[in-house]
Amino acid sequence: MAVAKILGIETEYGVAGGPDYDPTTASSIIVNAYAQQGRTRISWDFNDESPGTDARGIVGVGSLAPMIETHLANTVLTNGARLYVDHAHPEYSSPECRTPAEATLYDQAGEEIMRRALTVANETLPEEMSISLYKNNSDGKGNSYGTHENYLVARDVEFSDVVRAMVPHFVSRQVVVGAGKVGSETDVGQAADPAFQLSARAEFFEEVVGLETTLKRPIINTRDEPHSDAERFRRLHVICGDANMSPVATLVKIGSTALLLAALEDDGVRSFPSPPAAPVRAIRNFSFDPSLRVTVDDEDGRSRTAWDYQDELWQLAERYVQRYGGEAVASSDEVALILRQWREMLDGVRDHPLDVADRVDWVAKQRIVEGFQSRYDLRPRDAKLRAIDLQYHDVRRDKSLALRVGLAEVAGDEEIRDAVHRAPRSTRAYFRGECVTRFPDAIVSANWDSIVFDVGHGPLQRIPMMDPTRGTEELVGPLFETNLTAVALVAALNG
Amino acid sequence: MSVVTKKGEQLKAELDDLLDEIDSVLEENAEEFVRNYVQKGGQ
Repeated sequence: MAVAKILGIETEYGVAGGPDYDPTTASSIIVNAYAQQGRTRISWDFNDESPGTDARGIVGVGSLAPMIETHLANTVLTNGARLYVDHAHPEYSSPECRTPAEATLYDQAGEEIMRRALTVANETLPEEMSISLYKNNSDGKGNSYGTHENYLVARDVEFSDVVRAMVPHFVSRQVVVGAGKVGSETDVGQAADPAFQLSARAEFFEEVVGLETTLKRPIINTRDEPHSDAERFRRLHVICGDANMSPVATLVKIGSTALLLAALEDDGVRSFPSPPAAPVRAIRNFSFDPSLRVTVDDEDGRSRTAWDYQDELWQLAERYVQRYGGEAVASSDEVALILRQWREMLDGVRDHPLDVADRVDWVAKQRIVEGFQSRYDLRPRDAKLRAIDLQYHDVRRDKSLALRVGLAEVAGDEEIRDAVHRAPRSTRAYFRGECVTRFPDAIVSANWDSIVFDVGHGPLQRIPMMDPTRGTEELVGPLFETNLTAVALVAALNG
Repeated sequence: MSVVTKKGEQLKAELDDLLDEIDSVLEENAEEFVRNYVQKGGQ
């Protein structure tokens, strides 16, 4: 049976400016600025991290575990998220969420957190050192950084089935959820030389399956670090997606992927379309073709466009929901919304792109890029057009173009402001967030699956949280009402 | 749950105003702005 699709999005933000234009320093300033204005400075606990563990059970020669920079700023927030410096970028890892709409809300809370951190940081810096942040995935010069999605999957699904089932979606979903990009920046991209691409990230992918995330990036990442009970769960770590500015695009990106994973768990791999014979070529060539006409051959020799793949996958998800319900993903209302938006966006990009310019990022971006190009008679890939691409993702309200193009909303401003401080009630993030909010002085460190308390006497107490579906408000809310101190809470949990 | 969306016709009519607004907030020296944006690779 499909397990509850516990979800999260990690976003590395692009960073410019700061003292000596050093991105690591600027990133630390951002993270510290936010941590210092908050109530807590609780640090992250690396004890249970094993990013080098491979889902295929073998670690290939030349595989590199990501660098972990323990000396850099690294904090746990009251909303259950992690805010830290990773690879010279400030990164927001959202708390664990129970539904795609909730994951979208906490992704937007992350934008708001970065915006606030930026404001605080820039108040302390001289103007010539002022920092700017971009929720995007590349610098236009061949350097890329990630927006990673995480999905809880039942351990008993074979990893090879995950690969076979999900590759068609990962190469083709950019048709509806690509962020768009002016020009190209890798050797293979420059050879194709598109004026505009569907995806910012696609041209950086060089392998189908692998452990790396910074070199020879794979479409399916095998990092097997469940941050939960490894006997029951795996965490699918998806690294091939774009950072979306459109909340509806985020909802559909997470929702479609979660529904297909649930369908895989309940119904097996047989109902999925055959993957492209050359997936790396497919993800790139689909991206290079905003006309959506390029086809690729699947392993059985059948030819499809990215749109065709999405159409088949939508039907598969729709049939799955009819037959099994979508409870593993969200309420029936929310699942219906995801399916409806996915369908409208898919039909829209083919038949009436303007009708979905308020939801599909690449269409919204292409619309203003082409509008500018014709107004000023610019050549394709002109610096002004690249500036529009970059500034679409600017975090600052007075600079952001995404905030000006009329993107449809999923959550209201008040809900987003609340999510900046409060954890989701629906996962173990609730327990983490409440502990960090109520007992900051008693917490030594925290990570995804445990919290370490110093209760003032005796040894430090580690509270494990190995099941991400537990620790919800429903399950542990009463504990916080009856135990008003950390000592009492830890005693109650140990009792 | 629902999402309030717009019609393509409405978006089309608004494009000129939108481009004016973008013109007013776009970084002045686009060439330099784009050239100076250099990142270290991440994950």
